[in-house]
Amino acid sequence: MPDQEKYNAADPLAEAGTEELEMPSAVENRTFDLGTMEAQSLIKPERLQDHPEAPAADERVEARSLWQDAWRDLRRNPIFIISGLLIVFLIVMAVWPGLFASTDPLKCDLSKSQQGVSSGHPFGYDNQGCDVYARTVYGARASITVGVCATAGAALVGTVMGGLAGFFGGWFDSVVSRIADIFFGIPILLGGLVFLSVVPSQSIWIVVAFIVVLGWPQIARISRGSVITVKQQDYVTAAEALGAGSSRLMVRHILPNAVAPIIVVATIALGTYIALEATLSFLGVGLKPPTVSWGIDISSASDSFRNAPHMLLYPAGALSITVLAFIMLGDAVRDALDPKLR
Amino acid sequence: MAEPILEVRNLVKHYPLTQGVLFKKQIGAVKAVDGISFELHKGETLGIVGESGCGKSTLAKVLMNLERATAGEVLFKGEDISKLSGAALKAVRRNIQMVFQDPYTSLNPRMTVGDIIGEPFEIHPEVAPKGDRRKAVQDLLDVVGLNPEYINRYPHQFSGGQRQRIGIARGLALKPEIIICDEPVSALDVSVQAQVINLLEQLQGEFDLSYMFIAHDLSIVRHISDRVGVMYLGKMVEIGSDEQIYEHATHPYTQALLSAVPVPDPTGREGRERIILSGDIPSPANPPSGCRFRTRCWKAEERCSTELPLLAVPSLEGPAAHESACHFAAEREVEQSAA
Repeated sequence: MPDQEKYNAADPLAEAGTEELEMPSAVENRTFDLGTMEAQSLIKPERLQDHPEAPAADERVEARSLWQDAWRDLRRNPIFIISGLLIVFLIVMAVWPGLFASTDPLKCDLSKSQQGVSSGHPFGYDNQGCDVYARTVYGARASITVGVCATAGAALVGTVMGGLAGFFGGWFDSVVSRIADIFFGIPILLGGLVFLSVVPSQSIWIVVAFIVVLGWPQIARISRGSVITVKQQDYVTAAEALGAGSSRLMVRHILPNAVAPIIVVATIALGTYIALEATLSFLGVGLKPPTVSWGIDISSASDSFRNAPHMLLYPAGALSITVLAFIMLGDAVRDALDPKLR
Repeated sequence: MAEPILEVRNLVKHYPLTQGVLFKKQIGAVKAVDGISFELHKGETLGIVGESGCGKSTLAKVLMNLERATAGEVLFKGEDISKLSGAALKAVRRNIQMVFQDPYTSLNPRMTVGDIIGEPFEIHPEVAPKGDRRKAVQDLLDVVGLNPEYINRYPHQFSGGQRQRIGIARGLALKPEIIICDEPVSALDVSVQAQVINLLEQLQGEFDLSYMFIAHDLSIVRHISDRVGVMYLGKMVEIGSDEQIYEHATHPYTQALLSAVPVPDPTGREGRERIILSGDIPSPANPPSGCRFRTRCWKAEERCSTELPLLAVPSLEGPAAHESACHFAAEREVEQSAA
């Protein structure tokens, strides 16, 4: 076999490695074990350069998935650390507002209407004579609840609908995509004004449901595209060739590889949903008093902005910081998950 | 000769070309595979060569039942498998497996090597009982020349050659009788190519495998194949033993392909005569009438455009007498240089 000789001559590993085989896989009578040798030749130089001492070698054996890689990147990213700390702080504030404010946000004294800063009331009083600081702290709960629940709902519906449309294609895809287009085409503020003004209930869940209904098409588009891309990969074909059914293909192979862009879009959407809740509340169709919400406070403060700007600035500032924190987090997560940056 | 393990009869795969958004109207078809017949025998390697776009990979997908054949039969041990579905198809998949071209996309990046090679056992639990699976996966890693301790690693921690070994281990897991290799080495370095080819040859002996080896590198195909089929535009133009094809080609297209093989010897390179084909490969959506190759063939005559040459043994003497789809099949009258 002249060809075989030619290959062996061209292959430095074929000669260099035969004596060094000491891995347990090297069965005695096997003439070549080049895969393991390849591995050794790949690992050894790095090991020598980076870690002169042997113990560090174990670090390379440790398995790292894409998520672990992403987490390593994130931990070093200052934007992630700042936005993450802010979000943790906001969540704590939403769950236990009593830790931060001792005053009841609904205990108001009209005689103190629009008064400025006084002892124990660092942000002053609003129109009704309520404590602005307490209302800002307690308002976090409504914003975070709406943001998190609406995002979870929209991500769930969007991922399932878009994912199934992308996976099965054909007429199902056409139908789902057209329905998504219809919801996508509804202007979100106009839809909110019409839809929420005819619903008698004032529950926070109505607002969440409305945002989910109008928000899922965005996630569905992303997940459909992502699933179609992943579906064409060879490893999906390989699993199909092994006899894997649709559910295994979707759960084991497609979903884990398609979920990264969905997470990124959902994180960024979370910030915009919080802003949307405030907008709807400002327009008088979202949350309604006595629910404490930044949007409601901004709305009621906007009339007397020139007399008492503190009533507007504190809830508006809290809202801006919250939205910014979530959008920055989404940005950092996108950078960490983007394979092009690796 | 032994009983054929896989028999392909007049296999056709057309992809419809449609127009319109809502009411799709078929306006034509891409004839990716257009009437191919061949046999694969037990323990044999059949090489399939041809330039890009001639339908090699489509042929592999149809044989694997990843694409439905438009017409024709694929007989595995006498049973037509091209129309199976459901449980019967799943059972037949155990016997025919595939090794993919690109080792970087054929392994799921979110699964460990152990999960990737163990997945066939999860899909076909009857092959290995649950308790034995880890051991079975480690054995497979050992068989393909990888360290069994790599079981918890992820694909991105391996080189291209190692990944291809993982792909081969996955293909071997169900103990198939036939492995279809779709350009298994074309994405690898030359030195690693040789290792993977040698591994495939060694496994063939160990497990009595039959290979269908698709490639566009003629020297690798010659190295590994017992028989070689040459494809052009969805048709098999010539098929025979590797000596018959490489030394006594009778189809003009095969002769042109062989003359384009790079020769590593500069002195031999001067002396040989290359056949340079003019024009591009025609569109498979609108192939030429009669012989598919006539638009680029120097032997083409009136007859070639009206009459389709069938794959048949021409009336020639000696090793040139093998199946060739040409009206004017003849060995080329040139002194073969020392290739």
